[in-house]
Amino acid sequence: MSVGAQTSILYFLVSERRAASFVCDMANPLKGEVIRLYKTLLYLGREYPKGAAYFRERLKFAFMKNKDETDPEKIKQLVARGDHVIKELEALYFLRKYRAMKKRYYEPEN
Amino acid sequence: MRVIDYAVKIRVKPDNSGVVTDGVKHSMNPFCEIAVEEAVKLKEKKLVKEVVAVSCGPQQSQETIRTALAMGADRGIYVEVSGKDYESLGPLQVSKIMAALAKKEEAQLIILGKQAIDDDCNQTGQMTAALLDWPQGTFASEVSLDGDNVKVVREIDGGLETIRINTPAVLTADLRLNTPRYATLPNIMKAKKKKIANVKPADLGVDLTSRLEVLRVDEPPQRQAGMKVETVEDLVAKLKDAGRV
Repeated sequence: MSVGAQTSILYFLVSERRAASFVCDMANPLKGEVIRLYKTLLYLGREYPKGAAYFRERLKFAFMKNKDETDPEKIKQLVARGDHVIKELEALYFLRKYRAMKKRYYEPEN
Repeated sequence: MRVIDYAVKIRVKPDNSGVVTDGVKHSMNPFCEIAVEEAVKLKEKKLVKEVVAVSCGPQQSQETIRTALAMGADRGIYVEVSGKDYESLGPLQVSKIMAALAKKEEAQLIILGKQAIDDDCNQTGQMTAALLDWPQGTFASEVSLDGDNVKVVREIDGGLETIRINTPAVLTADLRLNTPRYATLPNIMKAKKKKIANVKPADLGVDLTSRLEVLRVDEPPQRQAGMKVETVEDLVAKLKDAGRV
């Protein structure tokens, strides 16, 4: 395993302990959901145009803001919002790449 | 294949021998992502049984294979090429490797990206087809597999060309073929269970010597600042001065 992959996994383990403190008083399946969401977003953030550090700061802030939430319905809503953000990021990355390739390799359509 | 990430600002080495690659972010060639996506789609439609992802290069190329596995490939083959051999690795060498692997694995279809964004050769697919004496469908923007033949819609200068070729065949992916899926973390974790076989070019009987030598690498010329003029007469005068008229 490369050094890069190892440090990434270490980071996930550390953040899992932090994420666990976000969700102290809830049912177990939801706790797993939140941790999964955090890890997935963190991984996606590595390619963020403004930099991985910028993304990580805002991600952590967003999760910490809701750390005392206990209502399972609210938590499900927040997780759904997080899933939506994942889709938006994937679309952003795809569009950026597609547009760059189109600009570099194809004649402009007039 | 593994190339410098498309969004990275490329810097030429001070000695003009090449481009700076140490510590620079690398990722899968965008056209290869499209190729992998097409292969996985064919498998999902149950038109092919197995998708094998191949990459040639240094150890880090295995990460690129892992991305392909996370996108849905079944197994990977990593061809170890490093040091001097890697520096001179080009379409001819890669296509020899692909041809040898295709015979060994009894592949029915080879799908590649149309070109790599680092060398922009656009040769590997064509050379592989020639070495294997297989038909080729290059610049594919649409692929329909039908039994023992493939219908390929190709992007050409005049528009689109539709051809039908027999399998086994080589296809190269163009930008509009599909939208590659993102290799998310859960998929990457699942893909860790998939196998990547390790192969050496010598095992395949491939000779990696290059017939090309890179003499020099230069940055493109800096763009000159533009000049504004007030009237058409001014413009003509300036053009005359510059010897253009």
